[in-house]
Amino acid sequence: MTLPKDDAPASTAKSQEGITAGIGELRGPKGDALASWSVTINRPHGDLYTFFHDFAHLPQIMDNVDHVEVIDALRSHWVVKAPAGHLVEWDAIITEEKEGELIAWTSIEGADIAHAGRITFQDAGARGTVVTATIAYHPPGGLLGKTIAKLFQREPEIQVRRDLRRFKQLMETGEIATNARTTKQFDEEMA
Amino acid sequence: MRALTWHGKHDVRVETVDDPEIINPRDAIIKITSTAICGSDLHLYDGFIPTMKAGDILGHEFMGEVVETGVKSTLKKGQRVVVPFTIACGSCYHCGKHQYSACDNGNPADNQDLGMELYGQPMSGLFGYSHLTGGYAGGQAEYVRVPFSDTGPIVIPDGLDDDEVLFLSDILPTGWQAAENADIEPGDTVAVWGCGPVGLFAVQSAFLMGAQRVIAIDHFPHRLELAKKFGAETINFEESKTYEALMAMTGGIGPDAVIDAVGLEAHGFFVDNVIDQIKASTFLGTDRPHSIRQAILACRKGGRVSMPAVYGGFVDKFPLGAFMEKGLTLKTGQTSVQHYMPALLNAVIEKKIDTTFLISHRLGLEEAAQGYKMFHDNQNEVTKVVLKPGLAPTPAGKESRHV
Ligand SMILES: NC(=O)c1ccc[n+]([C@@H]2O[C@H](COP(=O)([O-])OP(=O)(O)OC[C@H]3O[C@@H](n4cnc5c(N)ncnc54)[C@H](O)[C@@H]3O)[C@@H](O)[C@H]2O)c1
Ligand SMILES: [Zn+2]
Ligand SMILES: [Zn+2]
Repeated sequence: MTLPKDDAPASTAKSQEGITAGIGELRGPKGDALASWSVTINRPHGDLYTFFHDFAHLPQIMDNVDHVEVIDALRSHWVVKAPAGHLVEWDAIITEEKEGELIAWTSIEGADIAHAGRITFQDAGARGTVVTATIAYHPPGGLLGKTIAKLFQREPEIQVRRDLRRFKQLMETGEIATNARTTKQFDEEMA
Repeated sequence: MRALTWHGKHDVRVETVDDPEIINPRDAIIKITSTAICGSDLHLYDGFIPTMKAGDILGHEFMGEVVETGVKSTLKKGQRVVVPFTIACGSCYHCGKHQYSACDNGNPADNQDLGMELYGQPMSGLFGYSHLTGGYAGGQAEYVRVPFSDTGPIVIPDGLDDDEVLFLSDILPTGWQAAENADIEPGDTVAVWGCGPVGLFAVQSAFLMGAQRVIAIDHFPHRLELAKKFGAETINFEESKTYEALMAMTGGIGPDAVIDAVGLEAHGFFVDNVIDQIKASTFLGTDRPHSIRQAILACRKGGRVSMPAVYGGFVDKFPLGAFMEKGLTLKTGQTSVQHYMPALLNAVIEKKIDTTFLISHRLGLEEAAQGYKMFHDNQNEVTKVVLKPGLAPTPAGKESRHV
Protein backbone atom coordinates (compact mmCIF):
# COMPACT_ATOMS: atom_id res chain seq x y z
CA MET A 1 0.00 0.00 0.00
CA THR A 2 1.41 3.41 -0.89
CA LEU A 3 0.60 6.23 1.45
CA PRO A 4 -0.55 9.53 -0.02
CA LYS A 5 2.43 11.82 -0.57
CA ASP A 6 2.70 15.06 1.40
CA ASP A 7 3.11 18.48 -0.21
CA ALA A 8 6.83 18.92 0.52
CA PRO A 9 9.18 19.17 -2.49
CA ALA A 10 10.87 15.96 -3.62
CA SER A 11 14.31 17.38 -2.85
CA THR A 12 13.41 17.25 0.86
CA ALA A 13 12.36 13.57 0.78
CA LYS A 14 13.99 11.32 3.37
CA SER A 15 13.82 8.27 1.13
CA GLN A 16 15.79 7.67 -2.07
CA GLU A 17 12.46 6.67 -3.59
CA GLY A 18 11.09 10.16 -2.99
CA ILE A 19 14.21 11.80 -4.39
CA THR A 20 14.17 9.56 -7.44
CA ALA A 21 10.59 10.62 -8.10
CA GLY A 22 11.76 14.25 -8.09
CA ILE A 23 14.65 13.49 -10.42
CA GLY A 24 12.18 11.80 -12.75
CA GLU A 25 10.58 15.18 -13.40
CA LEU A 26 13.79 16.46 -14.97
CA ARG A 27 14.76 15.58 -18.53
CA GLY A 28 18.28 14.52 -19.48
CA PRO A 29 21.12 12.64 -17.84
CA LYS A 30 20.31 12.27 -14.19
CA GLY A 31 22.31 11.22 -11.22
CA ASP A 32 20.64 10.04 -8.10
CA ALA A 33 21.05 13.22 -6.01
CA LEU A 34 18.93 16.34 -6.06
CA ALA A 35 19.99 19.82 -4.96
CA SER A 36 17.30 22.42 -4.65
CA TRP A 37 16.75 25.77 -3.02
CA SER A 38 14.24 28.62 -3.15
CA VAL A 39 14.51 32.35 -2.61
CA THR A 40 11.85 35.04 -2.73
CA ILE A 41 12.91 38.01 -4.81
CA ASN A 42 11.10 41.33 -4.51
CA ARG A 43 10.69 41.78 -8.29
CA PRO A 44 8.06 40.75 -10.88
CA HIS A 45 8.62 37.24 -12.28
CA GLY A 46 8.85 38.52 -15.86
CA ASP A 47 11.94 40.64 -15.02
CA LEU A 48 13.68 37.74 -13.32
CA TYR A 49 12.90 35.36 -16.16
CA THR A 50 14.23 37.82 -18.74
CA PHE A 51 17.52 38.22 -16.88
CA PHE A 52 18.03 34.51 -16.34
CA HIS A 53 16.93 33.45 -19.80
CA ASP A 54 20.01 35.14 -21.28
CA PHE A 55 22.56 32.64 -19.99
CA ALA A 56 25.39 35.05 -20.81
CA HIS A 57 24.25 36.98 -17.69
CA LEU A 58 24.77 34.05 -15.37
CA PRO A 59 28.50 34.41 -14.59
CA GLN A 60 27.50 37.60 -12.73
CA ILE A 61 25.69 35.53 -10.11
CA MET A 62 27.38 32.11 -10.42
CA ASP A 63 30.84 32.65 -9.05
CA ASN A 64 32.28 29.40 -10.41
CA VAL A 65 31.16 30.07 -13.99
CA ASP A 66 33.82 31.83 -16.07
CA HIS A 67 31.60 32.57 -19.07
CA VAL A 68 28.72 31.20 -21.11
CA GLU A 69 28.51 31.43 -24.90
CA VAL A 70 24.99 31.37 -26.21
CA ILE A 71 25.11 29.31 -29.42
CA ASP A 72 21.49 29.54 -30.51
CA ALA A 73 18.00 29.74 -28.99
CA LEU A 74 18.45 26.36 -27.28
CA ARG A 75 22.15 25.62 -27.00
CA SER A 76 24.88 27.20 -24.92
CA HIS A 77 28.53 26.47 -24.15
CA TRP A 78 29.63 26.70 -20.49
CA VAL A 79 33.16 27.37 -19.28
CA VAL A 80 33.50 26.73 -15.58
CA LYS A 81 36.39 27.40 -13.21
CA ALA A 82 38.00 24.37 -11.60
CA PRO A 83 40.69 24.31 -8.91
CA ALA A 84 44.31 25.19 -9.78
CA GLY A 85 43.27 27.56 -12.54
CA HIS A 86 41.82 24.79 -14.75
CA LEU A 87 38.67 25.20 -16.77
CA VAL A 88 35.97 22.62 -17.44
CA GLU A 89 33.62 23.01 -20.39
CA TRP A 90 30.33 21.54 -21.53
CA ASP A 91 27.39 22.20 -23.81
CA ALA A 92 23.88 22.53 -22.47
CA ILE A 93 20.55 22.49 -24.21
CA ILE A 94 17.25 23.95 -23.09
CA THR A 95 14.69 21.16 -22.75
CA GLU A 96 11.68 23.22 -21.74
CA GLU A 97 10.76 26.86 -21.36
CA LYS A 98 7.61 28.72 -20.42
CA GLU A 99 7.80 32.48 -20.80
CA GLY A 100 8.05 34.12 -17.38
CA GLU A 101 7.67 30.81 -15.54
CA LEU A 102 10.21 28.09 -16.15
CA ILE A 103 13.47 27.16 -17.84
CA ALA A 104 14.85 23.60 -17.85
CA TRP A 105 18.12 22.44 -19.36
CA THR A 106 20.44 19.49 -19.50
CA SER A 107 24.08 18.93 -20.33
CA ILE A 108 24.59 17.35 -23.74
CA GLU A 109 25.82 13.74 -23.91
CA GLY A 110 29.54 13.42 -23.43
CA ALA A 111 29.79 16.40 -21.09
CA ASP A 112 32.37 16.14 -18.29
CA ILE A 113 29.77 17.19 -15.81
CA ALA A 114 26.50 15.52 -16.67
CA HIS A 115 23.54 17.11 -14.95
CA ALA A 116 20.02 18.37 -15.51
CA GLY A 117 18.47 21.48 -14.03
CA ARG A 118 15.36 23.57 -13.81
CA ILE A 119 14.54 27.03 -12.53
CA THR A 120 10.99 28.18 -11.86
CA PHE A 121 9.61 31.68 -11.32
CA GLN A 122 6.39 31.70 -9.34
CA ASP A 123 4.40 34.87 -8.77
CA ALA A 124 4.22 35.63 -5.02
CA GLY A 125 2.05 38.74 -5.13
CA ALA A 126 3.27 41.59 -2.92
CA ARG A 127 6.37 39.61 -1.95
CA GLY A 128 7.57 39.35 -5.55
CA THR A 129 8.56 36.00 -7.00
CA VAL A 130 9.54 32.64 -5.55
CA VAL A 131 12.54 31.38 -7.54
CA THR A 132 13.36 27.69 -7.19
CA ALA A 133 16.43 26.08 -8.72
CA THR A 134 16.74 22.29 -8.89
CA ILE A 135 19.74 20.29 -10.12
CA ALA A 136 19.98 16.52 -10.52
CA TYR A 137 23.52 15.18 -10.31
CA HIS A 138 25.66 12.32 -9.08
CA PRO A 139 26.52 12.61 -5.40
CA PRO A 140 30.18 12.75 -4.36
CA GLY A 141 31.41 9.16 -4.18
CA GLY A 142 30.83 8.07 -7.74
CA LEU A 143 33.43 9.15 -10.30
CA LEU A 144 31.17 11.89 -11.61
CA GLY A 145 30.19 12.97 -8.14
CA LYS A 146 33.82 13.33 -7.14
CA THR A 147 34.45 15.53 -10.17
CA ILE A 148 31.48 17.70 -9.28
CA ALA A 149 32.46 18.07 -5.65
CA LYS A 150 36.02 18.92 -6.68
CA LEU A 151 34.78 21.38 -9.23
CA PHE A 152 32.50 23.25 -6.91
CA GLN A 153 34.77 22.73 -3.91
CA ARG A 154 31.56 22.49 -1.95
CA GLU A 155 28.25 20.66 -1.92
CA PRO A 156 26.17 21.50 -4.99
CA GLU A 157 23.30 22.41 -2.65
CA ILE A 158 25.42 25.12 -1.02
CA GLN A 159 26.53 26.35 -4.44
CA VAL A 160 22.90 26.62 -5.58
CA ARG A 161 21.99 28.54 -2.42
CA ARG A 162 24.82 31.01 -2.81
CA ASP A 163 24.09 31.59 -6.50
CA LEU A 164 20.43 32.24 -5.74
CA ARG A 165 21.36 34.72 -2.99
CA ARG A 166 23.54 36.62 -5.47
CA PHE A 167 20.69 36.57 -8.00
CA LYS A 168 18.41 38.06 -5.33
CA GLN A 169 20.95 40.72 -4.35
CA LEU A 170 21.55 41.80 -7.94
CA MET A 171 17.83 41.95 -8.75
CA GLU A 172 16.76 43.69 -5.53
CA THR A 173 19.67 46.08 -4.94
CA GLY A 174 21.32 46.44 -8.35
CA GLU A 175 24.60 45.08 -7.01
CA ILE A 176 26.11 42.04 -5.31
CA ALA A 177 27.15 42.53 -1.69
CA THR A 178 30.87 42.23 -0.98
CA ASN A 179 32.96 42.83 2.11
CA ALA A 180 36.06 43.67 0.06
CA ARG A 181 37.66 46.91 1.27
CA THR A 182 39.87 47.51 -1.76
CA THR A 183 39.60 46.71 -5.46
CA LYS A 184 42.66 44.49 -5.05
CA GLN A 185 40.88 42.39 -2.41
CA PHE A 186 37.78 42.31 -4.61
CA ASP A 187 39.74 41.05 -7.62
CA GLU A 188 41.40 38.36 -5.51
CA GLU A 189 38.01 37.15 -4.30
CA MET A 190 36.67 37.08 -7.85
CA ALA A 191 39.64 35.15 -9.29
CA MET B 1 45.37 54.60 6.57
CA ARG B 2 45.54 53.77 10.29
CA ALA B 3 42.98 51.36 11.72
CA LEU B 4 42.25 49.38 14.89
CA THR B 5 42.64 45.70 14.06
CA TRP B 6 41.74 42.55 16.00
CA HIS B 7 44.34 39.85 16.54
CA GLY B 8 42.94 37.70 19.29
CA LYS B 9 41.68 37.80 22.85
CA HIS B 10 42.69 41.11 24.46
CA ASP B 11 44.95 41.83 21.48
CA VAL B 12 43.89 44.79 19.34
CA ARG B 13 46.41 47.02 17.53
CA VAL B 14 46.45 50.22 15.54
CA GLU B 15 48.10 49.38 12.23
CA THR B 16 48.62 50.81 8.77
CA VAL B 17 46.39 49.13 6.17
CA ASP B 18 45.29 49.91 2.59
CA ASP B 19 42.73 52.70 2.23
CA PRO B 20 39.21 51.56 1.37
CA GLU B 21 37.91 52.10 -2.15
CA ILE B 22 34.56 52.32 -3.90
CA ILE B 23 33.66 48.79 -5.02
CA ASN B 24 29.90 48.86 -5.71
CA PRO B 25 27.83 51.64 -7.31
CA ARG B 26 25.92 52.48 -4.11
CA ASP B 27 29.08 52.74 -1.96
CA ALA B 28 30.52 55.83 -0.33
CA ILE B 29 33.83 56.38 1.47
CA ILE B 30 33.58 58.22 4.78
CA LYS B 31 36.46 60.00 6.50
CA ILE B 32 35.88 59.19 10.17
CA THR B 33 35.67 62.10 12.59
CA SER B 34 34.33 60.19 15.63
CA THR B 35 33.90 56.50 16.45
CA ALA B 36 32.98 54.82 19.72
CA ILE B 37 33.84 51.57 21.43
CA CYS B 38 30.69 49.59 22.23
CA GLY B 39 29.82 46.98 24.86
CA SER B 40 29.40 44.65 21.87
CA ASP B 41 33.05 45.31 20.94
CA LEU B 42 34.03 43.97 24.35
CA HIS B 43 32.49 40.62 23.36
CA LEU B 44 34.98 40.60 20.44
CA TYR B 45 37.80 41.81 22.68
CA ASP B 46 37.12 38.98 25.11
CA GLY B 47 37.19 36.50 22.24
CA PHE B 48 33.58 35.32 22.62
CA ILE B 49 32.49 35.87 19.03
CA PRO B 50 33.42 33.13 16.52
CA THR B 51 34.47 33.76 12.90
CA MET B 52 36.83 36.64 13.65
CA LYS B 53 40.02 36.75 11.56
CA ALA B 54 43.34 38.29 12.52
CA GLY B 55 43.56 41.76 11.00
CA ASP B 56 39.80 42.44 10.97
CA ILE B 57 39.07 46.16 11.45
CA LEU B 58 36.61 46.73 14.32
CA GLY B 59 34.09 49.48 14.96
CA HIS B 60 30.37 49.82 14.22
CA GLU B 61 29.59 53.17 15.86
CA PHE B 62 30.99 55.91 13.65
CA MET B 63 30.37 59.11 11.74
CA GLY B 64 32.32 61.39 9.48
CA GLU B 65 32.58 63.29 6.24
CA VAL B 66 31.72 61.94 2.79
CA VAL B 67 34.91 62.00 0.70
CA GLU B 68 34.01 59.72 -2.22
CA THR B 69 30.79 58.42 -3.74
CA GLY B 70 29.87 55.58 -6.08
CA VAL B 71 27.78 56.40 -9.16
CA LYS B 72 24.52 55.44 -7.45
CA SER B 73 25.19 57.01 -4.06
CA THR B 74 22.92 59.93 -3.23
CA LEU B 75 25.42 61.43 -0.78
CA LYS B 76 27.55 64.43 -1.69
CA LYS B 77 31.18 65.05 -0.90
CA GLY B 78 31.58 67.17 2.20
CA GLN B 79 28.32 66.06 3.86
CA ARG B 80 28.53 64.98 7.49
CA VAL B 81 26.81 61.66 8.14
CA VAL B 82 26.16 59.19 10.94
CA VAL B 83 26.20 55.59 9.69
CA PRO B 84 23.89 52.87 11.11
CA PHE B 85 25.75 49.77 12.32
CA THR B 86 23.28 47.54 10.46
CA ILE B 87 24.04 47.23 6.74
CA ALA B 88 20.66 47.19 5.01
CA CYS B 89 19.73 47.41 1.32
CA GLY B 90 16.48 49.34 1.65
CA SER B 91 14.77 47.31 -1.07
CA CYS B 92 14.15 43.77 0.20
CA TYR B 93 10.95 42.57 1.88
CA HIS B 94 12.33 43.10 5.40
CA CYS B 95 13.63 46.60 4.66
CA GLY B 96 10.19 47.38 3.23
CA LYS B 97 8.75 46.52 6.66
CA HIS B 98 11.46 48.62 8.35
CA GLN B 99 12.97 45.45 9.83
CA TYR B 100 16.36 46.73 8.70
CA SER B 101 18.36 44.48 11.00
CA ALA B 102 16.78 41.52 9.19
CA CYS B 103 17.81 42.75 5.72
CA ASP B 104 18.29 39.84 3.31
CA ASN B 105 20.99 41.44 1.21
CA GLY B 106 23.53 43.20 3.43
CA ASN B 107 25.48 40.03 4.18
CA PRO B 108 27.57 38.69 1.24
CA ALA B 109 26.16 35.42 -0.17
CA ASP B 110 29.07 33.23 0.93
CA ASN B 111 28.99 34.60 4.50
CA GLN B 112 25.35 33.63 4.94
CA ASP B 113 25.91 29.87 5.26
CA LEU B 114 27.06 29.85 8.86
CA GLY B 115 24.16 31.97 10.12
CA MET B 116 21.87 29.63 8.25
CA GLU B 117 23.34 26.63 10.09
CA LEU B 118 23.33 28.34 13.50
CA TYR B 119 20.06 30.23 13.41
CA GLY B 120 17.97 28.71 10.63
CA GLN B 121 18.20 31.91 8.61
CA PRO B 122 21.29 33.97 7.87
CA MET B 123 22.02 37.13 9.83
CA SER B 124 22.16 40.50 8.13
CA GLY B 125 25.38 42.44 7.61
CA LEU B 126 26.98 44.53 10.36
CA PHE B 127 30.11 46.68 10.33
CA GLY B 128 33.21 45.33 12.06
CA TYR B 129 31.53 42.41 13.73
CA SER B 130 32.92 39.03 12.60
CA HIS B 131 32.43 37.12 9.38
CA LEU B 132 29.13 35.68 10.57
CA THR B 133 27.65 39.14 9.96
CA GLY B 134 29.45 39.81 6.72
CA GLY B 135 33.13 40.33 7.48
CA TYR B 136 32.89 44.07 6.73
CA ALA B 137 35.71 46.35 7.85
CA GLY B 138 34.55 48.63 10.67
CA GLY B 139 34.88 52.32 11.38
CA GLN B 140 37.56 52.48 14.09
CA ALA B 141 39.83 53.74 11.34
CA GLU B 142 40.58 56.86 9.34
CA TYR B 143 38.29 55.83 6.49
CA VAL B 144 35.54 53.28 5.90
CA ARG B 145 33.70 51.90 2.88
CA VAL B 146 29.92 52.19 3.42
CA PRO B 147 27.70 50.02 1.19
CA PHE B 148 24.11 51.14 0.36
CA SER B 149 25.09 54.70 1.19
CA ASP B 150 21.92 55.96 -0.49
CA THR B 151 19.69 54.46 2.23
CA GLY B 152 21.69 54.04 5.45
CA PRO B 153 23.63 57.12 6.53
CA ILE B 154 21.74 60.13 7.89
CA VAL B 155 22.95 63.63 6.98
CA ILE B 156 23.60 65.83 10.02
CA PRO B 157 22.57 69.47 9.87
CA ASP B 158 25.14 72.14 10.72
CA GLY B 159 25.42 73.27 14.31
CA LEU B 160 25.41 69.83 15.94
CA ASP B 161 28.60 68.44 17.47
CA ASP B 162 29.78 64.92 16.72
CA ASP B 163 29.32 64.03 20.39
CA GLU B 164 25.62 64.93 20.24
CA VAL B 165 24.77 62.69 17.27
CA LEU B 166 27.38 59.90 17.17
CA PHE B 167 25.22 57.53 19.23
CA LEU B 168 22.49 57.58 16.57
CA SER B 169 24.67 54.89 14.97
CA ASP B 170 23.73 52.25 17.55
CA ILE B 171 23.23 52.65 21.28
CA LEU B 172 20.64 55.44 21.26
CA PRO B 173 18.31 53.62 18.83
CA THR B 174 19.11 50.38 20.70
CA GLY B 175 18.03 51.83 24.05
CA TRP B 176 14.95 53.30 22.38
CA GLN B 177 14.01 50.02 20.64
CA ALA B 178 14.53 48.22 23.96
CA ALA B 179 11.95 50.49 25.60
CA GLU B 180 9.60 50.24 22.63
CA ASN B 181 9.84 46.43 22.78
CA ALA B 182 8.75 46.63 26.42
CA ASP B 183 5.33 47.93 25.24
CA ILE B 184 5.23 50.41 28.09
CA GLU B 185 1.83 51.61 29.31
CA PRO B 186 1.33 54.79 31.34
CA GLY B 187 1.82 54.06 35.02
CA ASP B 188 4.11 51.07 34.40
CA THR B 189 7.13 50.14 36.44
CA VAL B 190 10.03 49.05 34.23
CA ALA B 191 13.16 47.29 35.51
CA VAL B 192 16.41 47.58 33.51
CA TRP B 193 19.32 45.16 34.04
CA GLY B 194 22.64 46.81 33.12
CA CYS B 195 23.47 50.54 33.26
CA GLY B 196 25.87 50.58 30.35
CA PRO B 197 25.12 52.90 27.43
CA VAL B 198 22.26 50.70 26.20
CA GLY B 199 20.66 50.44 29.64
CA LEU B 200 21.03 54.17 30.30
CA PHE B 201 19.38 55.09 27.00
CA ALA B 202 16.65 52.54 27.75
CA VAL B 203 16.04 54.30 31.08
CA GLN B 204 15.63 57.69 29.37
CA SER B 205 13.46 56.21 26.63
CA ALA B 206 11.21 54.34 29.08
CA PHE B 207 10.37 57.59 30.88
CA LEU B 208 9.69 59.33 27.54
CA MET B 209 7.29 56.49 26.69
CA GLY B 210 5.28 57.02 29.85
CA ALA B 211 6.79 54.72 32.45
CA GLN B 212 5.96 55.95 35.93
CA ARG B 213 8.94 54.27 37.57
CA VAL B 214 12.16 52.81 36.23
CA ILE B 215 14.33 50.60 38.43
CA ALA B 216 17.93 50.28 37.22
CA ILE B 217 20.17 47.36 38.26
CA ASP B 218 23.97 47.21 38.09
CA HIS B 219 26.94 46.93 40.44
CA PHE B 220 28.93 49.97 39.36
CA PRO B 221 28.07 52.91 41.64
CA HIS B 222 28.99 55.52 39.03
CA ARG B 223 26.80 53.95 36.36
CA LEU B 224 23.90 53.64 38.86
CA GLU B 225 24.45 57.31 39.69
CA LEU B 226 23.92 58.21 36.01
CA ALA B 227 20.68 56.21 35.94
CA LYS B 228 19.55 58.08 39.05
CA LYS B 229 20.19 61.41 37.29
CA PHE B 230 17.52 60.45 34.76
CA GLY B 231 15.04 59.66 37.52
CA ALA B 232 15.55 55.93 37.96
CA GLU B 233 15.55 54.15 41.32
CA THR B 234 18.54 51.85 41.67
CA ILE B 235 19.49 48.40 42.90
CA ASN B 236 23.15 47.56 43.37
CA PHE B 237 23.19 43.78 43.07
CA GLU B 238 26.30 43.52 45.17
CA GLU B 239 24.60 45.27 48.05
CA SER B 240 21.02 44.05 47.72
CA LYS B 241 19.19 40.91 46.60
CA THR B 242 17.79 41.86 43.21
CA TYR B 243 14.67 39.65 43.09
CA GLU B 244 13.69 40.38 46.68
CA ALA B 245 14.30 44.11 46.19
CA LEU B 246 12.19 44.19 43.03
CA MET B 247 9.31 42.38 44.73
CA ALA B 248 9.46 44.72 47.71
CA MET B 249 9.69 47.82 45.50
CA THR B 250 6.65 46.77 43.41
CA GLY B 251 4.31 45.77 46.23
CA GLY B 252 4.84 42.08 45.56
CA ILE B 253 3.64 42.31 41.95
CA GLY B 254 6.93 42.42 40.01
CA PRO B 255 7.82 44.97 37.31
CA ASP B 256 5.33 45.28 34.44
CA ALA B 257 8.16 45.13 31.95
CA VAL B 258 11.77 44.01 32.27
CA ILE B 259 14.70 44.95 30.01
CA ASP B 260 17.90 42.89 29.82
CA ALA B 261 20.67 45.27 28.75
CA VAL B 262 23.51 43.11 30.05
CA GLY B 263 24.12 40.33 27.56
CA LEU B 264 26.36 37.40 27.10
CA GLU B 265 29.33 38.69 29.06
CA ALA B 266 27.47 37.97 32.25
CA HIS B 267 26.44 34.50 31.28
CA GLY B 268 28.62 32.86 28.69
CA PHE B 269 28.11 32.51 24.97
CA PHE B 270 27.51 29.12 23.43
CA VAL B 271 28.18 28.31 19.85
CA ASP B 272 29.10 24.73 19.13
CA ASN B 273 32.62 25.44 17.99
CA VAL B 274 33.54 27.55 21.00
CA ILE B 275 31.53 25.80 23.66
CA ASP B 276 34.45 24.09 25.31
CA GLN B 277 36.61 27.16 25.34
CA ILE B 278 33.80 29.17 26.89
CA LYS B 279 32.97 26.58 29.50
CA ALA B 280 36.57 26.42 30.53
CA SER B 281 37.29 30.11 30.52
CA THR B 282 34.15 31.90 31.56
CA PHE B 283 30.84 30.22 32.15
CA LEU B 284 31.84 27.99 34.98
CA GLY B 285 34.18 30.64 36.27
CA THR B 286 31.59 33.38 36.67
CA ASP B 287 29.33 33.75 39.65
CA ARG B 288 27.47 36.76 38.27
CA PRO B 289 23.72 36.30 38.31
CA HIS B 290 22.18 35.49 35.01
CA SER B 291 20.30 38.64 34.06
CA ILE B 292 17.77 37.20 31.61
CA ARG B 293 16.89 34.38 34.00
CA GLN B 294 16.43 36.85 36.83
CA ALA B 295 14.41 39.23 34.65
CA ILE B 296 11.96 36.48 33.70
CA LEU B 297 11.51 35.37 37.31
CA ALA B 298 10.97 38.93 38.56
CA CYS B 299 8.58 40.04 35.81
CA ARG B 300 4.91 40.25 36.77
CA LYS B 301 2.42 37.75 35.37
CA GLY B 302 1.38 38.71 31.84
CA GLY B 303 4.30 41.17 31.67
CA ARG B 304 6.74 41.94 28.88
CA VAL B 305 10.40 40.99 28.49
CA SER B 306 12.60 43.11 26.20
CA MET B 307 16.08 41.85 25.44
CA PRO B 308 18.39 44.25 23.57
CA ALA B 309 21.35 42.37 25.07
CA VAL B 310 23.31 40.26 22.61
CA TYR B 311 23.30 36.45 22.90
CA GLY B 312 25.00 34.17 20.43
CA GLY B 313 24.12 30.58 21.03
CA PHE B 314 22.40 28.48 23.69
CA VAL B 315 21.67 29.43 27.26
CA ASP B 316 21.54 26.85 30.01
CA LYS B 317 18.67 26.79 32.50
CA PHE B 318 16.44 29.20 30.61
CA PRO B 319 13.26 29.32 32.75
CA LEU B 320 10.89 28.26 30.01
CA GLY B 321 8.32 27.06 32.55
CA ALA B 322 8.11 30.43 34.30
CA PHE B 323 7.94 32.10 30.91
CA MET B 324 4.97 29.98 29.87
CA GLU B 325 3.11 29.76 33.14
CA LYS B 326 3.25 33.52 33.68
CA GLY B 327 2.22 34.24 30.09
CA LEU B 328 5.12 36.52 29.29
CA THR B 329 6.01 38.08 25.94
CA LEU B 330 9.60 38.41 24.73
CA LYS B 331 10.81 40.86 22.09
CA THR B 332 14.43 41.14 21.01
CA GLY B 333 16.78 41.59 18.05
CA GLN B 334 19.58 43.63 16.62
CA THR B 335 18.35 47.20 16.32
CA SER B 336 16.70 48.40 13.12
CA VAL B 337 18.76 51.58 13.37
CA GLN B 338 17.61 53.11 10.07
CA HIS B 339 13.99 53.03 11.29
CA TYR B 340 14.69 55.15 14.39
CA MET B 341 17.37 57.57 13.16
CA PRO B 342 15.26 60.44 11.77
CA ALA B 343 12.98 60.76 14.81
CA LEU B 344 15.85 60.38 17.27
CA LEU B 345 17.90 63.01 15.43
CA ASN B 346 14.95 65.36 15.99
CA ALA B 347 14.78 64.38 19.64
CA VAL B 348 18.47 65.30 19.96
CA ILE B 349 17.94 68.62 18.17
CA GLU B 350 14.98 69.38 20.44
CA LYS B 351 17.08 68.38 23.45
CA LYS B 352 14.55 65.76 24.58
CA ILE B 353 17.32 63.19 24.94
CA ASP B 354 20.72 63.78 26.50
CA THR B 355 23.54 61.96 24.73
CA THR B 356 26.81 63.62 25.68
CA PHE B 357 26.54 62.77 29.41
CA LEU B 358 27.71 59.29 28.54
CA ILE B 359 31.15 60.12 27.15
CA SER B 360 33.80 59.71 29.81
CA HIS B 361 36.88 59.58 27.57
CA ARG B 362 37.91 61.08 24.24
CA LEU B 363 41.08 59.59 22.74
CA GLY B 364 42.99 59.77 19.48
CA LEU B 365 42.71 56.77 17.15
CA GLU B 366 46.34 55.90 17.93
CA GLU B 367 45.24 55.29 21.54
CA ALA B 368 42.43 52.93 20.54
CA ALA B 369 44.02 49.81 22.05
CA GLN B 370 44.35 51.66 25.33
CA GLY B 371 40.71 52.69 25.02
CA TYR B 372 39.66 49.03 24.81
CA LYS B 373 41.68 48.13 27.86
CA MET B 374 40.26 51.01 29.90
CA PHE B 375 36.65 50.28 28.89
CA HIS B 376 37.19 46.62 29.66
CA ASP B 377 39.04 46.97 32.97
CA ASN B 378 37.38 49.96 34.53
CA GLN B 379 33.68 49.96 33.68
CA ASN B 380 32.70 52.01 36.69
CA GLU B 381 34.33 55.23 35.52
CA VAL B 382 34.75 54.47 31.83
CA THR B 383 31.18 54.70 30.57
CA LYS B 384 31.95 55.41 26.91
CA VAL B 385 35.16 55.91 24.95
CA VAL B 386 35.03 58.00 21.78
CA LEU B 387 37.98 57.83 19.38
CA LYS B 388 38.75 60.84 17.20
CA PRO B 389 41.23 60.10 14.38
CA GLY B 390 42.12 63.79 14.19
CA LEU B 391 42.93 64.06 17.88
CA ALA B 392 46.60 63.91 18.81
CA PRO B 393 47.37 61.89 21.94
CA THR B 394 46.47 64.26 24.77
CA PRO B 395 47.88 64.52 28.26
CA ALA B 396 44.42 63.48 29.47
CA GLY B 397 44.56 60.49 27.19
CA LYS B 398 47.99 59.59 28.44
CA GLU B 399 46.88 59.96 31.98
CA SER B 400 43.93 57.69 31.45
CA ARG B 401 46.39 54.96 30.52
CA HIS B 402 47.25 54.71 34.13
CA VAL B 403 43.66 54.50 35.33
N1 LIG C 1 20.47 44.73 20.12
C1 LIG C 1 21.40 45.49 19.58
O1 LIG C 1 21.33 45.87 18.43
C2 LIG C 1 22.55 45.93 20.44
C3 LIG C 1 23.27 47.09 20.11
C4 LIG C 1 24.28 47.51 20.97
C5 LIG C 1 24.60 46.77 22.09
N2 LIG C 1 23.91 45.63 22.35
C6 LIG C 1 24.19 44.80 23.53
O2 LIG C 1 23.62 45.40 24.67
C7 LIG C 1 24.36 44.99 25.82
C8 LIG C 1 24.77 46.20 26.62
O3 LIG C 1 25.62 47.04 25.87
P1 LIG C 1 26.43 48.20 26.57
O4 LIG C 1 27.21 48.90 25.52
O5 LIG C 1 25.51 48.98 27.41
O6 LIG C 1 27.45 47.28 27.44
P2 LIG C 1 28.27 47.52 28.78
O7 LIG C 1 29.18 46.35 28.89
O8 LIG C 1 28.87 48.89 28.81
O9 LIG C 1 27.17 47.46 29.94
C9 LIG C 1 26.70 46.29 30.54
C10 LIG C 1 26.39 46.61 32.00
O10 LIG C 1 25.74 45.48 32.59
C11 LIG C 1 26.19 45.38 33.94
N3 LIG C 1 25.94 44.02 34.43
C12 LIG C 1 26.72 42.92 34.28
N4 LIG C 1 26.14 41.85 34.85
C13 LIG C 1 24.97 42.29 35.39
C14 LIG C 1 23.92 41.66 36.10
N5 LIG C 1 23.98 40.39 36.35
N6 LIG C 1 22.87 42.40 36.50
C15 LIG C 1 22.80 43.74 36.21
N7 LIG C 1 23.77 44.39 35.53
C16 LIG C 1 24.84 43.68 35.12
C17 LIG C 1 27.63 45.75 33.85
O11 LIG C 1 28.14 46.12 35.11
C18 LIG C 1 27.61 46.91 32.84
O12 LIG C 1 27.47 48.17 33.46
C19 LIG C 1 25.54 44.18 25.29
O13 LIG C 1 25.21 42.81 25.33
C20 LIG C 1 25.65 44.64 23.87
O14 LIG C 1 26.26 43.66 23.06
C21 LIG C 1 22.89 45.22 21.56
ZN1 LIG D 1 27.40 49.02 19.42
ZN1 LIG E 1 17.17 44.85 2.75
